[in-house]
Amino acid sequence: MTEQTPKRIFVKGNEAIARGALAAGCKCYFGYPITPQNDIPEFMSQAIRDAGGQFVQAESEIAAANMVLGATACGIRAMTSSSSPGISLKQEALSYMAGSELPGVVVNMVRGGPGLGDIGPSQGDYFQSTRGGGHGDYRLLVLAPASGQEAYDLTIKAFDLAFKYRNPVMILGDAILGQMKEPIAPWIPDNLDPDEAADWRLDGAKGRQPRLHKSLFLQEGELAQQNRHLQEKYEAMKAEIDYESFMVEDADIIVVAFGSIGRIAKSTIRKIRSTGKKVGLIRPITVYPYPSEILKTLAEQGKKFLTIEHNMGQMVEDVRLAIRTITDSDFYSCLPGNLPTPDDFEEPILKALEG
Amino acid sequence: MEEELVYTRPDVVADRATHYCPGCHHGIIHKLVAEALIDLGVVEKTICIGSIGCSVFIYNYLNLDTVEAPHGRAPAVATGVKRARPDNFVFTYQGDGDLASIGLAEIMHCANRGENVSVVFVNNTVYGMTGGQMAPTTLIGQQATTCPAGRCEELEGLPLKMAEIIGGLGTTAYSARVAVDSIKHLMAAKKAIRKAFQCQIDKTGFGFVELLSTCPTNWKMTPVQANERIAKEMIPTFPLGTFKDKTVEAK
Amino acid sequence: MSIYKDVVIAGFGGQGVMLIGNLLAYSAMEAGLNVTYMPVYGPEMRGGTANCAVVISDDDIGSPIIQSPVSLIIMNRPSLDKFQPRIQDQGVMIMNTSLIEAELADTGRVQAFGVPCNDIANGLGNTRMANMVAIGAYVQATGVLPLEQVQACLAKVISPHYAHLIPKNSEAIAAGAAHAAKYGTL
Repeated sequence: MTEQTPKRIFVKGNEAIARGALAAGCKCYFGYPITPQNDIPEFMSQAIRDAGGQFVQAESEIAAANMVLGATACGIRAMTSSSSPGISLKQEALSYMAGSELPGVVVNMVRGGPGLGDIGPSQGDYFQSTRGGGHGDYRLLVLAPASGQEAYDLTIKAFDLAFKYRNPVMILGDAILGQMKEPIAPWIPDNLDPDEAADWRLDGAKGRQPRLHKSLFLQEGELAQQNRHLQEKYEAMKAEIDYESFMVEDADIIVVAFGSIGRIAKSTIRKIRSTGKKVGLIRPITVYPYPSEILKTLAEQGKKFLTIEHNMGQMVEDVRLAIRTITDSDFYSCLPGNLPTPDDFEEPILKALEG
Repeated sequence: MEEELVYTRPDVVADRATHYCPGCHHGIIHKLVAEALIDLGVVEKTICIGSIGCSVFIYNYLNLDTVEAPHGRAPAVATGVKRARPDNFVFTYQGDGDLASIGLAEIMHCANRGENVSVVFVNNTVYGMTGGQMAPTTLIGQQATTCPAGRCEELEGLPLKMAEIIGGLGTTAYSARVAVDSIKHLMAAKKAIRKAFQCQIDKTGFGFVELLSTCPTNWKMTPVQANERIAKEMIPTFPLGTFKDKTVEAK
Repeated sequence: MSIYKDVVIAGFGGQGVMLIGNLLAYSAMEAGLNVTYMPVYGPEMRGGTANCAVVISDDDIGSPIIQSPVSLIIMNRPSLDKFQPRIQDQGVMIMNTSLIEAELADTGRVQAFGVPCNDIANGLGNTRMANMVAIGAYVQATGVLPLEQVQACLAKVISPHYAHLIPKNSEAIAAGAAHAAKYGTL
């Protein structure tokens, strides 16, 4: 149940995320400046305080992520945001949060890498996001929006899922999504439960046994049990798998692309469709857990595959894993450092269709 | 003749055997912390931030809501906790490697923001849990497994004097260095912890107590020798005293 | 028939191309359409031009980044050199003939409207409103939105500090539209 505000507002993707977080009841924001996500801390520095929450510009990405760890240990909705080099620094806290089962939300508006890279868009952090990112066996739940509205909606969802599974959730965007302005229709969820963390939050052990959040398990068998428990949780997260399916029914070839590249490829597909050629799109919205089943089903129907990414080939490994017993996927790389346009994808799609 | 009970274990201290080595001061300091929480009436609203080092198991000894912070990050975690729950009492308990080396940025900025939290800093001049490596507080000439010939200023710099550094920040409400090697020092330590905690309760700001502590195992000493080393070798480098006290300045 | 229109607006920094891109996009939103506004930066930022892409549609919008636009607003010469070769055949181009020679327009391939934006703005009292003249001409030439809709949205994109300039800017938009209506294509 949602309360729809009829008025649309015209905002950058970064601001859509910040507004989504506020709508989701985020009470603490901790961040550190880095391009191209600065609109988020800048917006939050005023807005979250106006909403009665807390904003801290931390001394580092490391500290910001650990502040999220502290706030979420109290059962409070908290987030941090950054871009690629800063996200590398947050991996320590993400691993601890995953190990301690604490529900932080972290936004990565990906820029070009490796190293300092550039400040332009890229999807080079796919592996880092979907494979855990830090040390140890863990996964983040990773949502990849492609529009301002989706960024808003998925940020609200990110908080719900983080608390549902007691696991960090990542919003995986890029510099295109962050800088692009689009109309969004803001809405406020009416299902926020102030007691969602009542049975595990830290608030002083008055009238009950003390509670402990930790990721250290030294007793024999303890860590193995914890890892088994975490794996069961990641398996259960498959209930959240989400994707956009565009003109796939009669398609001869399926383009698989996520985030901004997914929507850019949609323009290419429309153009190719106008010439009578049958091309469809699967745009994963959850990139972990990955929508493998739909890809497998489409592969079984004899369709070809082309994976397009703004990196050197990362998600294509998940596509190939999904369809490996049936067929393979071609791959087209839009090089990080270049700005992708729909025209770039036309030739690779036609080539894969004919090949 | 009837027995008279003259000493009891505070309720907040768990009734269990310690993993700390014989002669280690952590146990004494745990108890001082527990007594201060009881005396100030904040046990039931306390959230403890554990850190990485020998005291990582603090949650086994103090019956408090606790969150374990990554190595050095306890002041950042405490910031998150206190911002999320401003009405709770929040303290970190950190060793010298954790606070003065890997966590130097976090402690400096937590103090410099004037976060309304308390920090208990245990300085034993060595990495205890990992087996006796050089710490940022290791004394000049002191041998450690990563400076077997003894710490030398030319190669490894000088021991960091955290109580003075933190005391030098304008936002710090209270900073003191104390020891627990004698009854006299112990009484002063008890007062210092209480004062640092009181600053948080009164919302005066950031409170910091550095406690000089033993590590007989890694110092390769008997408990008695280790206890004696505090006055003989540590205090000359790390003088006891109060380096900042806003409660006095206010009067 | 579904609506689809994209435009690249390009000039040098300070000519206000981002502002009229915002204005056009905001107006499209107020008209109930879908729209994306993409300030282009990164590699494309170099070379002295500032540009943005606006896509307007009644369907959901795919790419916010356009390689071959269906229309252009070109405020200076380097932008003409860069974008004119990329416009689609028979695309609409508003060209600022105060700063670019009219004969540089590829009239065989493009519907080019020559508008002396700086001169018209100057005549209204401030050269800096050349961008408003250009957007007025664009709206007139393409019919993408009612002119009044665009004028009405000025208050949404101009900061309150400059609110007193809104009537003049509105006048500049009208003047640009009038020029395009009167003189048509080159």
